[in-house]
Amino acid sequence: MSILIAIIVLATISVFFGLLLGYTSVKFHVEGDPVVDKIDALLPQTQCGQCTYPGCRPYAEAIAAGEANINQCPPGGETTMLALSELLGIEPVPLDDEHADAPEKTVVYIDEQTCIGCTLCIQACPVDAILGAAKQMHSIIESECTGCNLCIPPCPVDCIHIIPVKIEPETWRWSLPESTVTSPKA
Amino acid sequence: MTRSSHQLWRFHGGLKLESNKAISTQSPIVKARLPKRLVIPVQQHIGEAGALLVKKGDKVLKGQVITQSNEYVSAPVHASSSGTVIDIDEYPAPHPSGLNTLCVVIETDGEDKWVELQPTNYVKTKSPAELRQLIRKAGIVGLGGAAFPTAVKVNPGPQAHIETLIINGAECEPYISCDDMLMREYATELISGCGIIQYMVSATHCLIAVEDNKPEAVKAIQTVISEQALHTIEVVSIPTIYPTGGEKQLIKVLTQKEVPSDGFPSDIGLLVQNVGTAVAVHKAVVLGEPLISRIVTVTGEGVKQPQNMEVLIGTSMSELIEQSGGYHDDACKLIMGGPMMGFTLQTDHLPIIKGCNCLLVENKPEETPATMPCIRCGACASVCPAQLLPQQLFWMASSKNFEQVQDYHLFDCIECGCCAQVCPSQIPLVQYYRFAKTEIWSQERDRIKSDHARVRHDFKQARIELEKKERAEKLRKKKELLEKKKIAEAAAKNDTPETEVDPKKVAIEAAMKRVQDKKAAKQTNNTSSDE
Amino acid sequence: MQFKTASSPHIPQQNNVQGLMFKVLLAMVPGTIAMIVFFGWGVLINIILASVVALSAEALMLWIRKRPIKPYITDGSAILTACLLVLALPQLAPWWLTMIGTLFAIIVAKHLYGGLGFNPFNPAMVGYVVVIISFPKEMTQWVPPLLEGYTHLTFTETLNIIFGGDLPLAYTWDAITMATPLDTVKTQLGLELSINEIENHKEYGGIFGSVGGFGWEWVNGLFLATGCYLAVKGIIDWRIPAGLIAALLVLSNTFALYDYASFAPPTFHLFSGGIMLAAFFIATDPVTAATTTKGRWLYGAGIGVFIFIIRTWGAYPDGIAFAVILMNMAAPLLDYYTMPRAFGHSWTEFPHHHKADDDEQ
Repeated sequence: MSILIAIIVLATISVFFGLLLGYTSVKFHVEGDPVVDKIDALLPQTQCGQCTYPGCRPYAEAIAAGEANINQCPPGGETTMLALSELLGIEPVPLDDEHADAPEKTVVYIDEQTCIGCTLCIQACPVDAILGAAKQMHSIIESECTGCNLCIPPCPVDCIHIIPVKIEPETWRWSLPESTVTSPKA
Repeated sequence: MTRSSHQLWRFHGGLKLESNKAISTQSPIVKARLPKRLVIPVQQHIGEAGALLVKKGDKVLKGQVITQSNEYVSAPVHASSSGTVIDIDEYPAPHPSGLNTLCVVIETDGEDKWVELQPTNYVKTKSPAELRQLIRKAGIVGLGGAAFPTAVKVNPGPQAHIETLIINGAECEPYISCDDMLMREYATELISGCGIIQYMVSATHCLIAVEDNKPEAVKAIQTVISEQALHTIEVVSIPTIYPTGGEKQLIKVLTQKEVPSDGFPSDIGLLVQNVGTAVAVHKAVVLGEPLISRIVTVTGEGVKQPQNMEVLIGTSMSELIEQSGGYHDDACKLIMGGPMMGFTLQTDHLPIIKGCNCLLVENKPEETPATMPCIRCGACASVCPAQLLPQQLFWMASSKNFEQVQDYHLFDCIECGCCAQVCPSQIPLVQYYRFAKTEIWSQERDRIKSDHARVRHDFKQARIELEKKERAEKLRKKKELLEKKKIAEAAAKNDTPETEVDPKKVAIEAAMKRVQDKKAAKQTNNTSSDE
Repeated sequence: MQFKTASSPHIPQQNNVQGLMFKVLLAMVPGTIAMIVFFGWGVLINIILASVVALSAEALMLWIRKRPIKPYITDGSAILTACLLVLALPQLAPWWLTMIGTLFAIIVAKHLYGGLGFNPFNPAMVGYVVVIISFPKEMTQWVPPLLEGYTHLTFTETLNIIFGGDLPLAYTWDAITMATPLDTVKTQLGLELSINEIENHKEYGGIFGSVGGFGWEWVNGLFLATGCYLAVKGIIDWRIPAGLIAALLVLSNTFALYDYASFAPPTFHLFSGGIMLAAFFIATDPVTAATTTKGRWLYGAGIGVFIFIIRTWGAYPDGIAFAVILMNMAAPLLDYYTMPRAFGHSWTEFPHHHKADDDEQ
């Protein structure tokens, strides 16, 4: 008799929790997967492809799908990696050598003496930051350039050079004080 | 009105510091010699820099406007003396970074000839809006150090009702005495300036707050007030506690009100102006003179004759030091601003700008003490005038936890330096906060830029897609046209009476051909998109 | 001319960690002298021993952890830990017991947690807890105070007992050691005696002195006086001792009023054992205490409450070490819930309500 009671009690409980689970999954159903957008929002949008994906959004999709690691974005550097680890609730991963940090921001400029006006760089630029037309000299809109350097390989005359972004007093940053004695970490 | 009648309150924390002001208040304000060369940075204020109105080789007159901007938060810059523009280029800026900034270099001709000035004899004949325009044109910015355009500040908007105008003569930082000397020597102009601002914002009364370590200044202002029998202007002597000259701290001391963290004094019916700014307003409105000079305290143990000087904007700091007797041999640190909030400069070949109130030369061969770990003593929190938790902010800033550090109100920090001053572990706390702030701003700029880049990238993708479609469409149409022509030709041939063709058959054939063409076009479309 | 650059403020700082530590050490001198006077040379011998051990262990750990040795070894924190530990130990504690306690305090409780500023628990109290749990018998080797009718050891005899473990021929352990007033009260209350009977007992009544135990009241009085001086000078935060004493006073008073026969009076609670040492010198260790104003009140009060509970109902005669460590654990929580309101913000928009909650904590 007592075994029967046990079975009945357990069955009742399992039915109850089953219903509860079913109800909650309907009630708190989340539409779509906004995580890709959130990841994409954190990426620097250089569209440089250094992460081995053809742009920031594909990389974001890969991260969301668990196919890519969060430390593959050199332009974002440590900051982006930490932001991603915060967003996704996963442990920070050190930037690997392949994607080692290149913290200095750069833009490119076109040596206008050498440029032959081939438009190859214009086609390569992911953000339309190069002005020019066929057989006309090209020039970079510096404020739009993301420093992805994608325009450099196609250039047949190597007239595109990388220059660091100029730091103005308004954009200058204070450095973190040297903590020789403070930090407990080695 | 008597000043004892005013009830005062206390803000949290703060420090009692040795004031060291007397060393520079022994002699009256000295007019600095007219320099041979003036280097005038175009960006001397918070907000947008104006566009240049002069070019190399131009002759300029004293007070002639050399930059102009259409931005609301901006202030023009004027030539401080007459002469020739000999260069417009990047020169080192008086900024902690030591970076260069765009400057107009004027070689003075020694005549110091003014442009035609337009004085206003009866202030009240002008409307507040007209007066604001005068102040804007005169390029006046807050002279307490922040250099925020005054014309913007005195326009709190139509909703705001300014009850009280507070004139900040607290000058709480040690060593600095330029406001003290200004109040002593320009009390009449100060009162006039106060009256103008009071009229502009229609404030019912005006409080001039002066720390009680400046009795001469209080007396000078008091004398003017009683001479002119003014009833709405009152001078209040407040306790000397650093940083009581901070805008929010001063408001708390005078009114017990707290300015909301995300708001302005005008939200609680107040407006605060520095005494120097009030004098500049008087000059701009009554005399028509733009802001081309200011009073600078040259002081410290490292300079031979500490004094206050009236200096043309753009004068080199080295000349001021020279006119103040030069350096002592052991001078080692040049600070722009006071010892608590000022920043060190790498060289003295820098121009004086509108926001520069003090040049402090230190001579202590200050051995940098070893920074010890934080022992959580809490001394920092007990002196913080913003009631923050400096030690928590320090942990978050040093671990680059920029999100949490903002939750703990990093941006309410006024960088007064009290916490670092009392820290037994000698941790450079303020630098940690400045690091975090500039880093957060930089990340914000990056975010805006990356959002912009995303838009442009998406736009380019869409455009390429569209172009492809258009091209494919064109191709299809061309082919169709060609086919039609062929069919028409064939039909024309068939039309010859030798053979009779069923027109129905022709139509079917043509239709079949079209289908094939479409298929072909689709294929080319696919291949092209695969590329 | 080229100048040095640095971030503000540019006024030389007055405070430093060394200064704080040495001022605290200095303030402990009068109370310590009183202890030596009343309880013999064992205190001094153990302080010297523990200090040497603490400094060596500190140097060793700094060397292993590749830290600069000079600034840390001279900061006084190791000596402070050693002194606090010894003052809590019985005067005739054998050398190895002092050493184990000190080593555990410096190596495990301090350096393994990251050294100065990073240890969550008061090192001296951790050392004390380790030895009282491991060696309960040796932890009863308290000497009787300087009273007629009790045996008093000379310097050499004390040295022999501490380092050799052997008693001089003329003595037995029972003759040279005796229970502390706190211990006596606890044991005798257990035997159904009333407080009044215990204090006037013909055998051991003398040790109770006038308020908190003969000798102990002087020791505590001196620690109270110098502690107040430190508090006035702002070297320690006055709220922690105030909270501790207030809590202990209120609790002991309430219970003594309820049943004066079975609960010791508040004066006895406050002036016996290491209360003043704990209130002004142990609980005020800033590294392990709460940091906010309100948090410090609660932190001190919490220690007071735990001391009373452990003394009255616990297994140990004095529960300072346990009380301090329990409140050390609570310090981060106290800090979190007692955060002050930032200037220009309202009480409702705390940073932690909406944000930190969904963090990992």
